[in-house]
Amino acid sequence: MSLDAAPGIIAVTLVTVATVAIGTWGLRFSRTTSDFFVASRTVHPRLNASAIGGEYLSAASFLGIAGLVLTFGAEMLWYPIGWTAGYLVLLVLVAAPLRRSGAYTLPDFAEARLGSRAIRLLCSLLVVAIGWLYLMPQFQGAGITLHAVAGAPTWTGPLIVGAVVLVNVMSGGMRSITFVQAFQYWLKLTALLLPAAVLLIVWAGEGRPRPDVDAAWSLPLADGGGIGLYTTYSLILATFLGTMGLPHVVVRFYTNPDGRAARQTTLTVLALLGVFYLIPPVYGALGRVHTAELASADALVLELPRLMLPGPLGDVLTGLVVAGAFAAFLSTSSGLTIALAGVLSQDLVAKLPQHRLSGVAAFRLASVVAVAIPCIAAVAVPHVSIARAVGLAFAVAASTFCPLLLLGIWWRRLTDVGAAAGLMIGFVGSGGAVVWTLSGGSEPPLLDALLAQPAAWSVPLAFAAMVLGSLCTPRRVPAHTSRLLVRLHTPESVPLDRG
Amino acid sequence: MALRRPWRRTHLGSEADRATFRTLHTASLASPALREGLTVESAERSIRHLRTLLGTPAVALTDGDRLLAWDGAGSGHHAAQTAELATATLERGGTRLVDPDDLTCAQPDCPIRAGVVSPLVIEERLVGTLQVFGPYATASLARAADEVAHWVSGQLELAELDASRRRLMEAEVRALRAQISPHFIYNSLGAIASFVRTDPERARDLLLEFADFTRYSFRKHGEFTTLSEELRSVERYLLLEQARFGDRLRVRLSVAPEVLPTTVPFLCLQPLVENAVRHGLSGTQQGGRIRISAADLGQECVIEVEDDGIGEDPEKVRRALAGDDASDSIGLGNVDSRLRNAFGDDFGLVVETAPGAGTKVTVRIPKFASGVHA
Repeated sequence: MSLDAAPGIIAVTLVTVATVAIGTWGLRFSRTTSDFFVASRTVHPRLNASAIGGEYLSAASFLGIAGLVLTFGAEMLWYPIGWTAGYLVLLVLVAAPLRRSGAYTLPDFAEARLGSRAIRLLCSLLVVAIGWLYLMPQFQGAGITLHAVAGAPTWTGPLIVGAVVLVNVMSGGMRSITFVQAFQYWLKLTALLLPAAVLLIVWAGEGRPRPDVDAAWSLPLADGGGIGLYTTYSLILATFLGTMGLPHVVVRFYTNPDGRAARQTTLTVLALLGVFYLIPPVYGALGRVHTAELASADALVLELPRLMLPGPLGDVLTGLVVAGAFAAFLSTSSGLTIALAGVLSQDLVAKLPQHRLSGVAAFRLASVVAVAIPCIAAVAVPHVSIARAVGLAFAVAASTFCPLLLLGIWWRRLTDVGAAAGLMIGFVGSGGAVVWTLSGGSEPPLLDALLAQPAAWSVPLAFAAMVLGSLCTPRRVPAHTSRLLVRLHTPESVPLDRG
Repeated sequence: MALRRPWRRTHLGSEADRATFRTLHTASLASPALREGLTVESAERSIRHLRTLLGTPAVALTDGDRLLAWDGAGSGHHAAQTAELATATLERGGTRLVDPDDLTCAQPDCPIRAGVVSPLVIEERLVGTLQVFGPYATASLARAADEVAHWVSGQLELAELDASRRRLMEAEVRALRAQISPHFIYNSLGAIASFVRTDPERARDLLLEFADFTRYSFRKHGEFTTLSEELRSVERYLLLEQARFGDRLRVRLSVAPEVLPTTVPFLCLQPLVENAVRHGLSGTQQGGRIRISAADLGQECVIEVEDDGIGEDPEKVRRALAGDDASDSIGLGNVDSRLRNAFGDDFGLVVETAPGAGTKVTVRIPKFASGVHA
């Protein structure tokens, strides 16, 4: 082990110890902070927004975007834009009604809206599938990070992060402690912003060298042609509509006291993410100035400080970005694991006919399953760029939960049969494309583009199936639909018998 | 192979067995709708299955004086006649055959020539009719219609039972509201009075708290509320009790803000805290400590109310939870049954206690339960 590895290893150890410590003592800590007359102190939208940001900004945002910009140039900026704008759609169409529905998870919403246990089960399975697809690249990112900072084999990363997350979740820590998650956002922002500022100063001191690039890099859609245009639109659709279907984001909205607070929270999230996503492209562009080739583009953020600043300052900055990256894996993975384990234990493990487990045992078993499968997948599946793999999870979410939420909230004729048809068609379409892409299929270019970015066809297909299925079964519109929709859409300030 | 064949044939039962199964299955399809009571909607959802059960060309369900649903042929020109048949049956009672003369029909190919009308009865009250139509009014059709009408009546009676059970629950909540003990009101006002001269400002504040507390407790509507509202009322209650007991009552409240929006049954904490105050303070001069906590456990929220007082005999608590009116634990059984009723049997109260060892009551509330909202 060389001296080079020291800052990275120190950073990883510090973040890991801090996370486990907060996980173990955090619950007690959160209990003793509150005192008399706390009942009116609900979580403030600003704090909740930071917590959503902390849980949402994953390895894909922290490492992936910079790598994609380095390799493919300006058209990759759609990723950060889409990941922010997803909250705009959420704000306008979903946030307040979803909160007013009283649902905690997406399956809860499906049950409340359609009154069907079968749809609930289907949604639970989808939550698990999307969660796994989202967790896998997080674990792969951890592998890359450990490899880049300490030369460890890439399979060690998933194992370490998986183990830390598991210990953390099982010890009861991190369990939606808003304050801890909110702190994670500011940690990630600092860990990315501070080195970026220093590197920009260094770049200015060097006389602002311009990157050696061609038009294909600096102009979006310069050489993509029709396929490039399709890919871009598909990406926009997936990221704009996928955010609302992410299991760990939706559960955070429950913390808001009412629909109005849910809107305020979402608005603040938009601002926070807007600020954060300005930074990764800076790394991408600076990377282009100093290097065009890296063994793994995803490691750019981690390598750049040392490339530009050999010496102790570079080491310190490297330590900082490594700490931020590790915090990103841990917070996103913990949030997702808790959301997944909750759904798994409530709807699947607890329903096993013979083995009725106690609540805690079911939750622990579910956490192990929730972490183990994406861990294995992270090692077994060939490495796709982190941001792309996460983009696929967004595509699946956009093809399944987006139609369910939008039609469920805004269309009164939705039926359980229609919803099931849309969910299944959307999942089979987008999920099939994901399997194809992750298994490395690449022949003919048009088919490859269609399957690498499935959202542009799978989302409309799912919507169409849901609408058609519902129109064919008008007698199955749930009896309570009108009452529920009134409750979803009436502002809290309007006096109304909501029973 | 030869040995297994007979087994295979009997495995789904004989022909008669299978007919029974089919009948039972069809009946089970119709029953959920009927269990909601006799309405247009429930009639429309169940009538298809009733016709399958009877195997006739057309079936109608009516209430006292109008058609609720029609299934089968002839809905256009015969549906109008059902209301008349219904009123006639309700006047005379009993199953009645309808002659072809009464069913005037202009269409030669219409399969409806005769019918049977059976009354639907809930607790000896005639509420509607089941009307079965076909080419002939045979004795077996009359018998079948009569039996199905009996069965439908049974289902409707169950619906009535559900409704009355719900009314009983509401009455219990009302009773709980009225149960705010006269002692508490008397003692609070006494405590406030003692401050009027020495600390008028505090007396005024306490009076306002008292007003808010009673307004919340006597509020008319809603079976559910949010944990935040419920805790605020508990805080007011404790403030008033502290005015009376002073330093003898020490309270520690620790609440995770994430669970405050959770929907809980109205007045589900109040009785628990009242018990804790009484147990924590009785029989000791030093006073007692009460701890109330609400923690976030992912899909659930866990609320604990604990005191370090005299505790209680577990057997007595068990009887109180079973609904036996033990005078010492007012409302415990009521809270327990309302929690079970709203969230299912997994979510009853858990009471840990022993004489001299204090009491801890744990309430688990799911963050989402279908049909439960504030």
